[in-house]
Amino acid sequence: MKRALPIFVVLAGLLVAIAVANPYFLEPPSLLAFVKRAAPLVILAAGQYFVIVSGEFDLSVGSLVTAEVVIAARLIDGSAAATWPVLALLIVLGPLVGLVNGTVTTVLRVPSFITTLAMLLILSGAVFLWTGGAPRGALSPQFRELGRGGLGPVPWSALILLAAAAAAIWVMRSGYGHRLIAAGDNDRAAALSGVHVARVRTVAFMVSGLSAAIAAILLGGFAGVSAQVGQGLEFQAITAVVLGGVALGGGRGSVVAAMAGAFTLEALFTLLNLYGISGALEPAVQGVIIIAAVALGAVSLPRRKAAAA
Amino acid sequence: MTGQPRLRPAPARLAALRPLPAGGPARAVYLALALLVVLGWVLFALRGEQFLTMENIVGIQQRSAALGIVAIGQTMVILAGSLDLSVAYLISLTSLVAAETMAGGDGMVVPAIAAVLAVSATVGLVNGLVVTGLRVHAFIATLGVGLIVAGLLDARYDGPAGSVPASFQHLGYDRIGPLPVSALLWAAVAAAAWFLLRRTRLGHRIYAVGGDAEVARLSGVRTGRVVVAAHVICSVCAGIGGLLLASRLGAGAPTVGTDGGYDLESIAAVVLGGTALAGGRGGVAGTVGGVLLLAVLDSVFNQLEIDSFAKDVVRGVVLVAALAIYARGRRTP
Repeated sequence: MKRALPIFVVLAGLLVAIAVANPYFLEPPSLLAFVKRAAPLVILAAGQYFVIVSGEFDLSVGSLVTAEVVIAARLIDGSAAATWPVLALLIVLGPLVGLVNGTVTTVLRVPSFITTLAMLLILSGAVFLWTGGAPRGALSPQFRELGRGGLGPVPWSALILLAAAAAAIWVMRSGYGHRLIAAGDNDRAAALSGVHVARVRTVAFMVSGLSAAIAAILLGGFAGVSAQVGQGLEFQAITAVVLGGVALGGGRGSVVAAMAGAFTLEALFTLLNLYGISGALEPAVQGVIIIAAVALGAVSLPRRKAAAA
Repeated sequence: MTGQPRLRPAPARLAALRPLPAGGPARAVYLALALLVVLGWVLFALRGEQFLTMENIVGIQQRSAALGIVAIGQTMVILAGSLDLSVAYLISLTSLVAAETMAGGDGMVVPAIAAVLAVSATVGLVNGLVVTGLRVHAFIATLGVGLIVAGLLDARYDGPAGSVPASFQHLGYDRIGPLPVSALLWAAVAAAAWFLLRRTRLGHRIYAVGGDAEVARLSGVRTGRVVVAAHVICSVCAGIGGLLLASRLGAGAPTVGTDGGYDLESIAAVVLGGTALAGGRGGVAGTVGGVLLLAVLDSVFNQLEIDSFAKDVVRGVVLVAALAIYARGRRTP
């Protein structure tokens, strides 16, 4: 927990800074709107955490989000009746992609950086091949309700986020969570003590795929259909996880901190917007802050080979 | 950076510092390349067409020159156990620096090249120092530096800017016999990188640090400096890529690097060439083969008039298949 503390301090600081610039921010409606905006990234970061803590990368989540939204639009095509079957299909498709990522990584022993990079190429290529270059069709109002609407004042996405967070914390406290961290910390030692490292890692990729499916459903509702909906999300999710103090290379960090990292990133975007540094310089400020946060000991990387393997 | 004052530098000629032979994967990629060429030739012969006409060969070389040069730089950092995700943004930046400094004037070509090399070396230095000095994982460090460059580009440019004089466009379009000047430049960069890796002390140290940084450090290698040097070389290669693209476009463009996907694609070419992503194993020859393989694949698709989205799918499959084969050939515990 000691490692996770800095990110909460940073997050609190950012929220205070936003509140100073915009006093209305702390009132429930705008706070809930913030949570709603942040929910997809937070869920993605939770999924990415499973993969990173097991010692791997998942670069395919961004294009998986795009693929799912584009597929949903094409299959639903505005019809209310198709909404629920398609939702079910999306929820199945995410872990399926994760299963392929995990199997290729663990059984064929391809580095996950490359496996998921290839999956990124395959997904984006295949989806646009299928739709002929541009997204077609439309999402039904029922589908978009999940990302846009809410139960009274509370957005659905906030509730879904809450459920996802509770599930993630519960899983990480279970035997599986301990085996996952053991596999990420030292896979040989874990294997020798009876952990099925390959299976544990493959499940982590499936969790990441599931999180991408949920994020896609929320983003499709919130932002609508476009070919860019998932662009860059993989890097944002990885950044969020690392901001949360989770070590690339595996074995260290908590899922709560990873989700806090995603909130921090979203708070940072909000703050930059408030100060009018939108668009142009936003990536630059983001870059400086990410490097600074990681360098200044929000994370202290373990002293072993820092290679992306 | 991380030099330990208590340890004296050991004599340079340690067995641990000798580079490992490029080995199987580099040969495999050329085998695959030859196979692909034969396959393409047979396929098009059956269709009554000709594969690898002079036009085709020149096209392959020209398309792959920029990626090839960037991938050689990427090979250096990956061998040293790092990686560079900032090259795409740097290529855009240097294309603009080149075109704006030249501003269409012949006299400014040399200062422009100097400016590009200076800018790219500086970015490489920053990358290297963030990785070694601040101990930020290369993935985050170079992503962050890339974002900073992207922000500067976004803030200053909306579209293509500057212009390149006709004399400089020779670099992108001229050819000597069947060999485009750009391909010769690529070959020269590759040869220089090969020499550096195989024949110089720095090259041997790059392998040593990438193989096992701790062992290298205990053998007296100042690992920090080696990684910084590799990053500077990588960024300079990206800068040369930017120059080449500026000469091809006739101007600088703020999205030329990201549109080309040079960051992930250069990493893909490097690993396709059998260089281990974890560092310490591989070499330039494999990378050249990896780039050529991607280019010939492209060329086959173009001639078959296959949708560009299908190309991405096949590239992904080829990448995974190649890496799976390399993994089988390597019996690591």
